[in-house]
Amino acid sequence: MYKQTIDELLVRHSFFAGLDPRVIELIAGCGLNEKFSAAGYLAREGQEADKFYLIRHGTVALELRAPGQGPLTIETLQEGDILGWSWLFSPHRWQFDAKALTLVRATAFDGVCLREKCEEDHDLGYEFMKRFAGIMIARLQATRLQLLDLYGTAD
Amino acid sequence: MARLTNSPRFALDPMLPQRFVVERLWRETADTFTVKLEPVDKTADFAFAPGQFNMLYVFGVGEIPISISGDPADNTALLHTTRAVGTVTKAMSRLKPGDMLGLRGPFGSNWPVLEAGGHDIVLVTGGIGLAPLRPALYAILAQREKYGKVVLLYGARTPEDILYKKELARWRAHFDLEVHVTVDRATESWRGNVGVATTLIRRAPFDPQDAVAMICGPEVMMRFTTQELLRRGVDSSRIFVSLERNMKCAIGFCGHCQFGPQFVCKDGPVFALKRVEKLLNTWEV
Ligand SMILES: Cc1cc2nc3c(=O)[nH]c(=O)nc-3n(C[C@H](O)[C@H](O)[C@H](O)COP(=O)(O)OP(=O)(O)OC[C@H]3O[C@@H](n4cnc5c(N)ncnc54)[C@H](O)[C@@H]3O)c2cc1C
Ligand code: FES
Repeated sequence: MYKQTIDELLVRHSFFAGLDPRVIELIAGCGLNEKFSAAGYLAREGQEADKFYLIRHGTVALELRAPGQGPLTIETLQEGDILGWSWLFSPHRWQFDAKALTLVRATAFDGVCLREKCEEDHDLGYEFMKRFAGIMIARLQATRLQLLDLYGTAD
Repeated sequence: MARLTNSPRFALDPMLPQRFVVERLWRETADTFTVKLEPVDKTADFAFAPGQFNMLYVFGVGEIPISISGDPADNTALLHTTRAVGTVTKAMSRLKPGDMLGLRGPFGSNWPVLEAGGHDIVLVTGGIGLAPLRPALYAILAQREKYGKVVLLYGARTPEDILYKKELARWRAHFDLEVHVTVDRATESWRGNVGVATTLIRRAPFDPQDAVAMICGPEVMMRFTTQELLRRGVDSSRIFVSLERNMKCAIGFCGHCQFGPQFVCKDGPVFALKRVEKLLNTWEV
């Protein structure tokens, strides 16, 4: 029942579009539905990144902490967004906190299991790299625009 | 899609400023204020079309172009919302009720509000860019039934920099209007979106095959916004942008505002993307 739901979710999602049905089945087999109440953490900076999430419902804030300051939200993610690529890249540590701002329902995918499959099957590994690189490029571009401080004061 | 281009209405000599009195001036955010003006000559008509601008002259300091930010249907209030960035805008921010300003205008082209009837509307804006778009929003909401979905996507620097907060909340509550706001940075108390305005386009609820898009904000933001709209399938003939260039005469004589073959004061500031697409992607035109 669970697995079936995740299969369907993946087939409909643009991030997984065009993947071989066997690969979809494999990824779905590594997925588990999780629920977080508001203010709960999906990930903590520095901790081992052993999964990535597909957000099914709710809003997640990506937060950074700087000494002497409260947490600063750098981006919010919503339903349909993919959270986390650190599981794929060494040293496999989360780079930020991911905090639920509302009730969040997400499907968590076992990164350790998928990493092993990627090592065994480099075609699969290449597919994952391409897709996660796409997300990283989009986020990098958005961050660059944020850094430009487009609406900042002239002073 | 045809657009109106209005010529100055109330000045016989378009280079001669008319005198206006500051009726009221109020802060919108830390660096932005709105000024309400009244003509000294009570018979003066200040009708304008959404998107048009006036040249405002702070006596003894200088003259600058500022878009009209009020309701085009309300001929009792002439509003301009300005961000204090330099010599003239800072001097303007210090004006008091009863002080005098010189005004020429209205000048320039307008948002295609009438022509967009029957379509979904998506307004994308950032920072002070909401001010030149607000008259279009007033006009659209006044005839809400003539449009499909109406979506406003707005990016600000921080939650404290969001313009017209109360009005946005009221519009959201009383009209069939989707408002999505995002900020570049926020602390814990902000419950809304964080990220650039372009990220809102992906999930905004409008039909790309049918929508008319109007964009106003910093030029870099408009470049990325148009790319994102095109990627979603909005046809470039239905995308409109408002451009800014330094101005002097505002009537197409001096060449100060030249943007490639166009004069922003006369042919713009609102352009169909098709006319400026290449230039928008070129630095320092
Ligand atoms: C058609 C048109 C409509 C406009 N509508 C509006 C409006 O509705 N509200 C509004 O606030 N502004 C608007 N502007 C921009 C406004 O005209 C300028 O901000 C103004 O001319 C600056 O004059 P200043 O003497 O205060 O600044 P200056 O002393 O000339 O400049 C001081 C500093 O501010 C910077 N600066 C100048 N202009 C801007 C700007 N636009 N944004 C950021 N930094 C700037 C300069 O690079 C410089 O560093 C519009 C411009 C055009 C062409
Ligand atoms: S400002 Fe003189 S031509 Fe446009």
